[in-house]
Amino acid sequence: MSGITNLRGTAAPLDQANVDTDQIIPKQFLTSVSRKGFGKHLFHDWRYLDLHEQELNPDFALNKTEHQGASVLLARQNFGCGSSREHAPWALTDYGFKVVIATSFADIFYGNCMNNQLLPIQLNSDQMDKLFNAVADEPALEIEVDLPAQQVRCKAGQFDFDIAEHHKHKLLKGLDAIGETLELAEKIDSYERSIPAWR
Amino acid sequence: MGKTLYEKIWDDHLVARAGTDNLIYIDRHLIHEVTSPQAFAGLEEKGRNLRCPERTFATMDHSISTRSLALDACGPTNQLQLMTLKQNCDKYGVELFPVGHQKQGIIHVIGPELGLILPGMTVVCGDSHTATHGAFGALAFGIGTSEVEHVFATQTLKQGKAKTLLVKVDGTLPVGVTAKDIILAIIGEIGHAGATGHVIEYAGSAIEALSMEERMTICNMSIEAGAKAGLIAPDETTYAYLKNRERCPTGADWEQALSYWQQLKSDADAHFDTVVNLQASDITPQVTWGTNPGQVIGVNEAIPQPQSFSDEVSRTSAQKALHYMGLQPGQKLSDVAVSHVFIGSCTNSRIEDLRAAAKIAAAGKVAEGVTAIVVPGSAQVKQQAESEQLDKIFTEAGFEWRLPGCSMCLGMNDDILKPGDRCASTSNRNFEGRQGRGSRTHLVSPAMAAAAAIKGHFVDVREFDV
Repeated sequence: MSGITNLRGTAAPLDQANVDTDQIIPKQFLTSVSRKGFGKHLFHDWRYLDLHEQELNPDFALNKTEHQGASVLLARQNFGCGSSREHAPWALTDYGFKVVIATSFADIFYGNCMNNQLLPIQLNSDQMDKLFNAVADEPALEIEVDLPAQQVRCKAGQFDFDIAEHHKHKLLKGLDAIGETLELAEKIDSYERSIPAWR
Repeated sequence: MGKTLYEKIWDDHLVARAGTDNLIYIDRHLIHEVTSPQAFAGLEEKGRNLRCPERTFATMDHSISTRSLALDACGPTNQLQLMTLKQNCDKYGVELFPVGHQKQGIIHVIGPELGLILPGMTVVCGDSHTATHGAFGALAFGIGTSEVEHVFATQTLKQGKAKTLLVKVDGTLPVGVTAKDIILAIIGEIGHAGATGHVIEYAGSAIEALSMEERMTICNMSIEAGAKAGLIAPDETTYAYLKNRERCPTGADWEQALSYWQQLKSDADAHFDTVVNLQASDITPQVTWGTNPGQVIGVNEAIPQPQSFSDEVSRTSAQKALHYMGLQPGQKLSDVAVSHVFIGSCTNSRIEDLRAAAKIAAAGKVAEGVTAIVVPGSAQVKQQAESEQLDKIFTEAGFEWRLPGCSMCLGMNDDILKPGDRCASTSNRNFEGRQGRGSRTHLVSPAMAAAAAIKGHFVDVREFDV
């Protein structure tokens, strides 16, 4: 996987707290044995008026003409809560999102983003208000996300964000996490020799 | 300074430190059909091996029918997913408890039942309710499919250390109030995201008094407060549950394990990042009114006014939830009629749960217009319940008695609700659409669910005339 560095794009505003992974990708799509093709079903219950995904809900942010092609998703607190399904970041990236900016994230979802080159950015609620307002005023607003500098930049301001060094490293380099760990095989072997019989 | 239980387990599983990364060894890897196929495919693609098949255990639970043992009973896509699990387990030498096996069941029910989960272990599964196993003093948490693949290939995970939250529940639980009510009350107190970034340790006299089944109900819903994991220190109740269980150590190994387990508790001077105290005597039977488990009240409380919440986000969430749920602020839950009742899930499908529900079911008949189903958590739970004639009590009262599986907790099979259906459910999530698009879920204890089935609306089980 190649890494993320700088991104420029427009945003889709999902002005809601506690968006759970059941909403991001409902259960009826989890029977697939592939990682691909989930983008079509992203936010299914909100995005479509019917079960067969024929009729778009015109009131849903992602369906508005001005937000087509958005690569940045804006949301509020506790985004990605609930089920551990990695199908959620698979659906978001397959749809075309590269960045989610929210007030806070649920832990498992946050970790899953790292394994899928989806950048989760946490900003405070004042900063989120500014971004939501700016996108409401100007839907085509260009947002620049600079991962090396840990900064979100747009007309509404310039916002620094925190990210753990190992997460940043992984997103920048697009590393194969398993390959990296396998290089520590000797340490794993040695640990296994120390495990008591009962365990 | 002393260490917390979490820190002790963590330290004993540290394989390597690499900068801010910690490589943690995984003792038990539980898998099911939904979150494993892409991980197996990843191994295949890279030509990697599954490092420890003997530490990996599989079952079929999510995508299966609760009416038929046929793998194609819920259609060809579900069947393909189930067959893929079987083929992968055969290929990589993983023990599988498939549909129809006498030890099959919900992964978080069968793991403990088989004695696979021991205090001081690390346990992972591509499933957020893995926190259940923390009831044994095991560090257990849900992971994504990429991490499932990582554990397959390396038997380790890269992890950051979580913060610690001590939830202390002291005193005696009132009659009619259950472990489900404790955990719902805790989530109501700290909020749906109140424990994000933390591992919770549950302690206090009310927790110590709980059975293993009840402790599993508590730990199961740790994720519903946003926690990475939930833990309860092992004690005599834990050892008594484990002793002589099928896969538990025996002889000298048991003795060695026991002496290790006996020091496996937080030191008196251990530091927790946050401490929350609850009095058991204050807890009443709980019912959720909204669309996340933190939106919960005592059964006799009125549904809250959105304006009563302190911040704008909570007010908006409450408004949206009430609209979705078709409820009014100030409304009493006893005036809210249910169309469905679901007794089951990894939260509440163990034998004690079914006994509690059956006790209520024995006192009446399912109300007209209500569909009520009971789905045991495993084939062993089903067999035990049948040997106690609980199935007869349920069916005579008008409940349907089903085959084990996850069922209507998330409806990956045909146990799904229609728009507008309202369900009293013993499961763990009341999210929009969780049990079917447009359906409305209220989380309750097994006894409260059975009582709602009989009355046709929510009712305080303490006033229920048994």
